[in-house]
Amino acid sequence: MHYLLRRIGGAALVLSLAFIVAYVMLTALPGDAVMARYGNPDLGLSAAELAQIRTAYGADRPALLQFLDTVASFLRGDLGYSVQTGAAVSTLLAAALPSTLALALLGLLVAVTVAVVIAVAATHGGLRHLGATRALRSTLRGLPSLMVSLPVFWIGIVLLQVFSFRLGLVPVLNASPLQSLILPVLTLAIPIAAPLAQVLIRSIDEVSAEPFVAVTRARGASTRWLLTRSVARNATLPALTMAGLLFGELVGGAVVTETVFGRMGVGLVTAQAVAARDTPVLMAVVVLSAVVFVVINLVVDLLYPVLDPRLRSTTAAPARREAVAA
Amino acid sequence: MSILSHTAGARPSTGQRAERVRRPALRPTVALSALVLLLALAWALAPGLFTGYSPTASSTEALQSPSAAHWFGTDATGRDVFARVVHGASHSITAALIAVAVGLVVGTTIGAIAGTVGGAVEETLMRGVDVLLAIPGLLLSLSVVILLGFGTTNAAIAVGITSIATFARLSRSRVIAVRQSEYVEAAFGSGGTLPSILWRHILPNSAAPVTALAALQLGSAILQISTLGFLGYGAPPPTPEWGLLIAEGRDYVATAWWLTLLPGLVVAAVVLSTNRLSTALGKGEQA
Repeated sequence: MHYLLRRIGGAALVLSLAFIVAYVMLTALPGDAVMARYGNPDLGLSAAELAQIRTAYGADRPALLQFLDTVASFLRGDLGYSVQTGAAVSTLLAAALPSTLALALLGLLVAVTVAVVIAVAATHGGLRHLGATRALRSTLRGLPSLMVSLPVFWIGIVLLQVFSFRLGLVPVLNASPLQSLILPVLTLAIPIAAPLAQVLIRSIDEVSAEPFVAVTRARGASTRWLLTRSVARNATLPALTMAGLLFGELVGGAVVTETVFGRMGVGLVTAQAVAARDTPVLMAVVVLSAVVFVVINLVVDLLYPVLDPRLRSTTAAPARREAVAA
Repeated sequence: MSILSHTAGARPSTGQRAERVRRPALRPTVALSALVLLLALAWALAPGLFTGYSPTASSTEALQSPSAAHWFGTDATGRDVFARVVHGASHSITAALIAVAVGLVVGTTIGAIAGTVGGAVEETLMRGVDVLLAIPGLLLSLSVVILLGFGTTNAAIAVGITSIATFARLSRSRVIAVRQSEYVEAAFGSGGTLPSILWRHILPNSAAPVTALAALQLGSAILQISTLGFLGYGAPPPTPEWGLLIAEGRDYVATAWWLTLLPGLVVAAVVLSTNRLSTALGKGEQA
């Protein structure tokens, strides 16, 4: 219970600090959103009119008061107004969210599948000894580091080039919603699958070297039995700690992917906000993704002891391992 | 006494280490990676040696496919794409070096102070690092870019800030590990002050894994800077920055495949090489 409260307190602290950092960077330091929008001499606004607008937006009050005001409105779910369009940021994001969620969830699904296939194939015991399969094995092991090295936007363009323009498999114009998802999902999946596959390969290797695996093998377990019953459960645990990192990759990937394919979504909204220096929109996106990141990490932290009995009490771990090895 | 026995024990192990370092360096993939990086570096330092064409002035007809005269073809305004890639190396690599320098200097300083001083200072600094990690990398660099304005240097600083947290965490854990070793204790015992011990003993002995991380970050910085360039927040258009180069080719994706494919392959090759070298460095220094 004490552990639970401490973790939640830590998460809340990091979140508040992240909010302060985002506020300082995107609201306090850029100065004045009002001046950025209305200060242009072409608009021909007089100093008095500008002052009036500033009062209307509350930009003339002390900094601390403005900060507390922003905190209060974020807690109420009011994320401010876009400088560029004047629309409420919450409406803007709510409209863009479904398409990004579909993209991100499908991308994650494909990425996990690809990563598991690569990791299982690359660590498969049957491939270790034969000459030809050894080459395949080392190719598979090298694949994730190749995938990490490719620029995401370039993957998208090349996929578009090959599948839409060369082979004509995926239409560019008049595509159905499902067809228009194929290439973006693949683009997003590759950079996410790569680090996941790397961690899976490493942890499968580590678990396979444990004594209990040798014992199970000696007792006559087949490779498949070992993989599904003994190794998989232990090897997926380290991958779980990557959830937060993968979320960050998903967010970054969504910005790039949606820009490459011109898909409306949170990522494209973000990219356009940066281009137009629309700080309130970026502020909302940053704060919301920090919330999701912190929550994901909190859940993983709390789930970890539940999933791995060895972590429940520190003294139990060596005793159990000895028992298994014996 | 403990100093004597320690140095005596350390001598054979350094000999072993030298042997083990040499072995991964001889591997063909490592040699190839080093070659690719050296070539990219040479492009950055002396682009004139590798191409006779100007990166910004049109030299011939537009949109020619790759040929003996124009290895990577020409773009929509007749500029030689290979020349643009070669000249772009200096922009992209300089920017990546700036980014790594920002992350390395700020991150290692934070980590070293946190690891050496400990207590409330450590707690505060590492909380700050957690905050940097809580904001997804691209969003953090976009926030910095919006604050500083567009441009290659600003994009580089933005990318560097995203790597501060990783450097800080690694250097802190290394400093804590080294701090507990006997020779640091001995140095304190023989009257060394904290800053001098930090400089003379703790930092050099924490340097190896940090160097491997810096190599890894160099590759990832090249990727991230090209992403910012692609999104249009880096250098302004006539500049031959790698990300921007690919972004410009995007409009001709249906007809001119070479505009995006070939520069992208160059970026991938350079990043892959830095990653490979970083693994080799990490392994060699671990042994």
